[in-house]
Amino acid sequence: MNMIVTPASPATPNGTTRPQVRIVIVGHVDHGKSTLVGRLLHETGSLPDGKLEMLKAVSARRGMPFEWSFLLDALQTERDQGITIDTTQIRFRTNSRDIVLIDAPGHAEFLRNMITGASQADGAVLIIDALEGVRDQTRRHGYLLHLLGVKQVAVVVNKMDRVDFSADRFKAISDEISAHLNGLGVTPTAIIPISARDGDGVAEHTDRIGWYKGPTVVEALDALEPARPLESLALRLPVQAIYKFDDRRIVAGRIESGSLIAGDEIVIMPAGKIAKIKTVESWPVTPVAGRHGAGRSVGITLDRELFIERGDIVAHAATAPRETRRLRARIFWLHDKPLAKGDQLLVRCGPKESRATVVAIEKAVDPGELSSSENKAIGRNHVGEIDISLSNPIATDPYTENPRTGRLVIEVSGRIAGGGLVLSVDAGQRAVPVDIVPVESALRPDERSARYQHNGAVVWLTGLPASGKSTLAKALERRLFTNGGSPILLDGDTLRAGLNGDLGFSAADRSENIRRLAEVATHLARNGHIAIVAAVSPAREDRATARRIADTTFREIHVATPAEVCEERDPKGHYKKARAGALASFTGIGNDYEAPQAAELVIDTSTRTVAEAADEIEQMLKTSGVLFDDVVDLAANI
Amino acid sequence: MSSKAPLARADSQEFSADVAPSMDHLDQLEAQSIYIFREAFARLKKIALLWSLGKDSNVMIWLARKAFFGRMPFPALHVDTGKKFPEMYRFRDHYGKEWDLDLRVEPCPPIDAVDPTLPPAARSAARKTEGLKMALAKYGFDGLIAGIRRDEEATRAKERVFSPRGLEGNWDVRDQPPEFWDHFNASPPQGAHLRIHPILHWTEADIWAYTKRENIPIIPLYLSQNGKRYRSLGDQDITNPVNSTASTIDEILIELEQTKVPERAGRALDHETEDAFERLRVAGYL
Repeated sequence: MNMIVTPASPATPNGTTRPQVRIVIVGHVDHGKSTLVGRLLHETGSLPDGKLEMLKAVSARRGMPFEWSFLLDALQTERDQGITIDTTQIRFRTNSRDIVLIDAPGHAEFLRNMITGASQADGAVLIIDALEGVRDQTRRHGYLLHLLGVKQVAVVVNKMDRVDFSADRFKAISDEISAHLNGLGVTPTAIIPISARDGDGVAEHTDRIGWYKGPTVVEALDALEPARPLESLALRLPVQAIYKFDDRRIVAGRIESGSLIAGDEIVIMPAGKIAKIKTVESWPVTPVAGRHGAGRSVGITLDRELFIERGDIVAHAATAPRETRRLRARIFWLHDKPLAKGDQLLVRCGPKESRATVVAIEKAVDPGELSSSENKAIGRNHVGEIDISLSNPIATDPYTENPRTGRLVIEVSGRIAGGGLVLSVDAGQRAVPVDIVPVESALRPDERSARYQHNGAVVWLTGLPASGKSTLAKALERRLFTNGGSPILLDGDTLRAGLNGDLGFSAADRSENIRRLAEVATHLARNGHIAIVAAVSPAREDRATARRIADTTFREIHVATPAEVCEERDPKGHYKKARAGALASFTGIGNDYEAPQAAELVIDTSTRTVAEAADEIEQMLKTSGVLFDDVVDLAANI
Repeated sequence: MSSKAPLARADSQEFSADVAPSMDHLDQLEAQSIYIFREAFARLKKIALLWSLGKDSNVMIWLARKAFFGRMPFPALHVDTGKKFPEMYRFRDHYGKEWDLDLRVEPCPPIDAVDPTLPPAARSAARKTEGLKMALAKYGFDGLIAGIRRDEEATRAKERVFSPRGLEGNWDVRDQPPEFWDHFNASPPQGAHLRIHPILHWTEADIWAYTKRENIPIIPLYLSQNGKRYRSLGDQDITNPVNSTASTIDEILIELEQTKVPERAGRALDHETEDAFERLRVAGYL
């Protein structure tokens, strides 16, 4: 029974001849992670000559019993001092595998590091103390392995020596952890009774665990497979960017699943536009023939010019992903502030980002607890299922159908605050792809922004009639123009004279009025201009629609001048007419104006000058990334 | 120094119409790095690649050109201590042109301007950190692409692919947001910047194997002459060669299989005091 492999020279370093498998070792604190790693290094012949003897001698000299975890400490210390071997990622070899231990367990373990490490792992070892049994961190780590999509999990029941190698105790723990993992859809590849300290079950079957017939830890590791790219699934090429460095227009991204070849008919989701792949581009040789499979970073050109954005997904028409504005996800939450219904978030699904609102929270529990008491909000290090409403349609798959595209992360204030799996999408999958071919601008956004010194945006001024929207809009327009920018004023009343001349003042017409304003403004913003919209826009729902259309370019300013002041101003005489009953459906004197709850800026024009108000708007546009600060300002901050 | 055009691999022969060819270890590393480059370019406003002229940053430039189909669409920033080897300057001037790089060479402040409590080599390296801060202030980059690898040195093991730096350019190792899968934290606070590490997951051997496969030019100092070669190139006065007979990349690869000496052994600054490197890292050293 000799599993020790002397490091032989493979054909190439880190070998094409031997599969490399990346693993993490997880489990409750003090259940023996470091001891197991020390023992594994020894059993696989990965230690430098004489290292073990030296440590044993040092322990003896200090009068303390030798512990395998000393090995890890010693290697750590030596590495820190630059004395020994390679890496901070511990590597060892089994019969047929190169094992890379990602982020070897240390003293200061953070869940965030565990997530970062396990995200890249092909397999995991979950370790449980036979005496203590399954603990909260055992369950939490098990849950995270499921959530992160680590399918190959070997469970190790350690310290069997402390329960007299009791088969009954082993079975009780096996049953408990199996039930937990099976409930999450994870089937352990093995459950192994060991004593990492004495060596039973690590590389050898000993008499003391004679009743156990399964694999040893080394055998279990040897059976792990490197995660395979998902080539057999439907094609998913999420678009990272469109490059126009030369006369080619290259759609670039990484194939997450499936494969493609020049000549394929494809569909761009969520818009549903169809095209054919003209070439697959590369460098230094281009174009490249043949089929390209999952895992490759590629660039393709199409047979026609389509408007494609970062975050779109290239798929085959018959097996396209679903387009949705609403989905259900199972997430792990890491933020200090619990996630609650109504929270506004940023969701990332591959390269696609969208604002989102939490519509409902179900099954919010602490995955470490045995009896799960449900909560209304998802606390830090807890999990839950949430319904999310997205302001932009996205193309995605449930994770059961595609584990690569069926996952998402949630950002709060620019930091990843949680992540998880897409359980289901509330779909309208388009029945038939539509063959519309919008013509795209010849200019790149960065060409425009370099000239204007700002990004495109929709600045939406909402407020009561006579609150000062138009005055502010004009002042802002003048100011941006003076600075070399490209502002364009879209006044609600002015547009009603033409584009919206067919609309009245019913609720439905008002909604349509706002929708058209938002569409026009968004088109301008996409082309680098700052569209300044001044419109009463009293309905919250309608403004939410506008925000959804303009998405990240939207900046809402509530011109919150008190109603009395507005009525007193009354430059168009509307309030007077309305009071006299001569103006139906006039917003202002009823309670029909729904004030914004989360505007980017609130301005009361009764307490400041026009110039002061314009200053505030300018400042907001700077801090929110619309206007560029000049280099001098940046330098002051460094 | 070789200036011949890179040998094209026979890609077209590897791909058949029916089955996509499987990816080997280097293919996987390359695809991941390209993905990271494209994310950085898409999500940040103004980035630059830190070109130290060493083997790692040369591989990075190669990967960037793969990611962007032959060009690197952002500047290569060389923070110049003025104390590099002559071979390194020749390499920079030659390949800066040949690879059509937007090369920005930025000087470092005089040594007197640097924390005098640091040991000599660390102080010298800290000078480079100051030079970097000055370059940041000058151009207002919000992302710097750096060629560090997890396997190089212990304090680099906890690094993220997208690593936020504070307003002072410092690194807070205890307050790093997680990276779920390939989702990175790409929103630095106003005035701060991100370090982006496209080859964090590579090893020293991977770098050499890829350099050989792609026929990427290298500075000849890496190859053995008179029984010595440089494994890592820094400033002339604080970098020492190691004993080696490896005079080709193949021989380097064999040597790496057998060595138990760490890569940065020839870098004086790593060995001065136990916390010198950590102090530099926290202060924003690469």
